[in-house]
Amino acid sequence: MSDGAEHLSREVVIVNELGLHARSAAKIAEIAQKAVSNVWILRQDHDAVDAKSIIDMLTLACTKGTRIIVRIEDASDAAVLNEIVELVDCGFGE
Amino acid sequence: MKKNSMADSENQEIVITGIAASPGICIGKAYLVDREGVNVIKKYHIPGSDIEPEKNRLRNAVVKARDELRSIIEDSPAEFRQHTGILETHVVLLEDKMLYGKTLEMIERERINAEWALKKVVSDLKRVFQDMTDPYFRERAADIVHVSDRIFRNLSGVEAVNIKAIDKRVILIATDLSPAQTSQIQLERIKGIATNGGGAASHTGIIARTLEIPAILGLRNATKIVKNDDLVILDGTSGKLIVRPAEETLLEYEERSEVYEAHRARISRSSQFPAQTLDGFTIPILGNIDLPEEIVAVRDYGGNGIGLYRTEFQYMGRIGFPTEEQLFERYRDVVEIMAPYPVTIRTLDINGDKTMPYVCDIEEPNPVLGLRAIRYCLKKPHIFKIQLRAILRAAAYGNVRIMFPMISNCDEVRAAKALLRETATSLEKDGVKFNPNIDVGIMIEVPSAAVMADVLAREVDFFSIGTNDLIQYLLAIDRSNQYVSHLYKPLHPAVIRMLKRVADEAHRNGISVYMCGEMASNPIHLPILLGLGIDELSTNPQSIPVVKNAIRSLSLEGMDQLMEQVLEKSSDMEIEHLMKEKYGHLLSSAVYTPSLG
Repeated sequence: MSDGAEHLSREVVIVNELGLHARSAAKIAEIAQKAVSNVWILRQDHDAVDAKSIIDMLTLACTKGTRIIVRIEDASDAAVLNEIVELVDCGFGE
Repeated sequence: MKKNSMADSENQEIVITGIAASPGICIGKAYLVDREGVNVIKKYHIPGSDIEPEKNRLRNAVVKARDELRSIIEDSPAEFRQHTGILETHVVLLEDKMLYGKTLEMIERERINAEWALKKVVSDLKRVFQDMTDPYFRERAADIVHVSDRIFRNLSGVEAVNIKAIDKRVILIATDLSPAQTSQIQLERIKGIATNGGGAASHTGIIARTLEIPAILGLRNATKIVKNDDLVILDGTSGKLIVRPAEETLLEYEERSEVYEAHRARISRSSQFPAQTLDGFTIPILGNIDLPEEIVAVRDYGGNGIGLYRTEFQYMGRIGFPTEEQLFERYRDVVEIMAPYPVTIRTLDINGDKTMPYVCDIEEPNPVLGLRAIRYCLKKPHIFKIQLRAILRAAAYGNVRIMFPMISNCDEVRAAKALLRETATSLEKDGVKFNPNIDVGIMIEVPSAAVMADVLAREVDFFSIGTNDLIQYLLAIDRSNQYVSHLYKPLHPAVIRMLKRVADEAHRNGISVYMCGEMASNPIHLPILLGLGIDELSTNPQSIPVVKNAIRSLSLEGMDQLMEQVLEKSSDMEIEHLMKEKYGHLLSSAVYTPSLG
């Protein structure tokens, strides 16, 4: 990984009561669609999943309190990364 | 069951029993709502030159599926709108990479037909979800299946069974009805509903009762036994589905159906009049509802208000909690339409059979004794307060009472009341229109609350006895357990004594005592309930006319002596005999089929 790696991924905790459920996954997917390259969601002991796919994110079965990492592949997607992290941070506005 | 002898009993009468979810009898032709044709999927190879057209076939099927779902959402009648959220999620899932994208890839890579590729993708996805421990995530597999079935149908050219397009009067037989399907039911076409899955409290059950269509749910294998166009008798009162009935059975049920309809017509003609005893005492008879739509039935049946508004359903069948505005609007509708009659709103009571996937973060070995109702709400005050705000706001538009469920000690009542006061203060600060002066009551459904009735009576304006749970907890009987359900006895002397204690302590402290459990809807129990001095009864809307009718044949005079006799008895059998001997006329077998023990 290059020096920029840490700028390309950020860790965040799922704080909302319902976890990363279908509707919150849909919100992430909507933002991720704007990215020029891939956006990944990582959870310990799981394969990286595609942030553009609701089904993929649901397979992580993240409940409240789960720690996830959001990773982008292209630095120009930094805004997307920030937006997703903010969304998760604020509990998906629920 | 009779599965093994199916071959040689092809044309024989078969009786299968399920959960009686909506009363009434109907006789007619079966109409199977199933995914016929979809189950048989052939695999074949696609030559290289045809790969692109094959992918287009999938694309077209998905586009068509999307359009179908959109039009179902748009065509849904207003009262089903709150249930369309799930359909909108389905629209998004249709084009999800993991489903759509993967299927396209598989067509290309393995050079196979679209159906087979989709089937493989779906079964892989199903496996991933089915292995999950969290029930919410596990159940998402069902969403993927619903969505992919729609694509399959479009691929194979099998017409979706469009409930809306049914052009004859039929009895629907289905594995389960999806919210999309129930929202398409047309009264003039559908005589009855029978499904393999579901329970009395399921969405389908509520819709059937609201529409007054006889229904049996939880039949397990109805779709395997019944064939399209089979003649079936559906008795939604007893939960019996009779397939290919013999001639004598048919005659018997035709007669029963007539008697039932005639009796129902007769008592519903008089249902708008008060339930006045022969010696001139009037008892208000209220209705229990799950959905705001049911107030229409309560009014039609002559109900004097809502004695139990279960508020869980607005939290179910959706993703995420409802907002204060959403709750307020629904409550206000009910309150305004029922005014000046009272609407008794029971605060959120989630439990074992009404779990909401998005709050189920703990798996409980014994949910009936677990974190439910007031216990859950006091643990999650931020969720509870949203509901309390909505209730106090709705109270400005009519006659509202609030009622806390599953109270088992005094502290819970005080804590709930404190939260209610805090809510009122915050509403005042926000300058929102609301009414803080409402009756506050508790459900008496845990034996410890009944024992503490003298103390609890000083904390509240009324008690409402929930007999279903009270009897279950008092007698330690799980009603849904087939091995012990026969021991569930509302006339058990211990039950009568406990009810007497609650009623006496309420009256001694100058508060009212109501009953909203199933016990109140069985006519044979009414003399005892009058004898106990229960001030109001609340039943399911369909039973209001029956209860009113029965009360008109009774007198309060002599009830004291009856109670003395009842309290001397040592078993439920003895009490039952006494009641049948003195009040046998209350039991009209044609209308009331006792479902209890």
